[in-house]
Amino acid sequence: MNQIPALIRVFAYLSILTVGGGMAAFPEMKILTVEVHKWLTFPQLIHLYSVGQMAPGPNMMMIVAIGQWAGGLLGALIVLIAFFGPTAVLAFIVARGWKKLEKWPWRTSIQQGLAPVSIGLLLAGCFTMAKGAITGVETAAIAVGVLLILLQYKINPALLVLAGAILGVFSFMPK
Amino acid sequence: MSDAALTPPVEALPVAPVTAQVSIGQIFLEFLIIGATSFGGVVPYLRGSLVTKNHWVDDKEFVEMLSISQSLPGLNATNMAVLVGEKLRGAMGSIAAIIGICLPGAVLMYIVGIFYRIHGDHVWITAALKGVAAAAVGLILSTVVSMSKKSLSGKFDFVFIALTVIAVNRLHLGVPRTLVAVGLLAILFHRPGKQQKESGSQ
Repeated sequence: MNQIPALIRVFAYLSILTVGGGMAAFPEMKILTVEVHKWLTFPQLIHLYSVGQMAPGPNMMMIVAIGQWAGGLLGALIVLIAFFGPTAVLAFIVARGWKKLEKWPWRTSIQQGLAPVSIGLLLAGCFTMAKGAITGVETAAIAVGVLLILLQYKINPALLVLAGAILGVFSFMPK
Repeated sequence: MSDAALTPPVEALPVAPVTAQVSIGQIFLEFLIIGATSFGGVVPYLRGSLVTKNHWVDDKEFVEMLSISQSLPGLNATNMAVLVGEKLRGAMGSIAAIIGICLPGAVLMYIVGIFYRIHGDHVWITAALKGVAAAAVGLILSTVVSMSKKSLSGKFDFVFIALTVIAVNRLHLGVPRTLVAVGLLAILFHRPGKQQKESGSQ
């Protein structure tokens, strides 16, 4: 079964939803990759996204793994191009035109208006993910702990995600 | 374009624009390094490389580009790569920068994906991933808090945040419809002429 056309459609569509960050597209990504196309399960999606937070570079590289599962190496490449291509072209066009828009009064309005919406989308994505990731007191404690540490100290978040892995092994290993 | 070559340097300018000499290969390499080392968030690494180390953009430009990146769809990291690449060497610069910044993470996650598919159901990996996912939720929440502190321009913006969350998670309107509906509302709220009390920074 050839998944390539579906991969292109889904990830090009998700691409334009990532206003303010990759997490904005997460609710839609869950529906399309898990429920509609069944490329992976919801726990797998959460795991890949979370592991991806430890990888360097843009933080949605977990999409490569979805592409690989659904369509091999070609699937992985297709997903990369579909997901990063459309927004890259848009950014390129805007880069050329933005200076001319400096005097346009709506430019500030758009920036100020999209700021809260992109934060809202990030939060909505976070809640979607939390439904699958926060399953009890222990996981809630880890999430709150990471939040408080990051708000209080300047520490590399990737290290805290790694610490989450170690805590996970100790807390959730069946005896 | 080429006036840097025509005008003889009378004296060493303190802010000499070196941008004309940056090659596609240099752009690719520098973004490849950022892509391979930027654990835990790309922006500080971008600033360190582009502003501090290479002087490809100055600090004001960097902040300006970052605010454009945040208003556009797309990840900050890749949008920044496109914007900086475009500034340095046009379309080829953008392509070199975005491939460079994506390549290391993509290769890594390709391998991780294969490994996870084979070994993902081992008990200790499942246990570790449970902790990782919980930690990631905390990380995203901290991003929400720090973005709220930095980029909101008034208390009323929290209403738009709440509306967005309700539309996506409660009403299940989907991200696109929410984006259009609440986005338009918020842009109209911040319409020109209504920003005398502009307290937010860029």
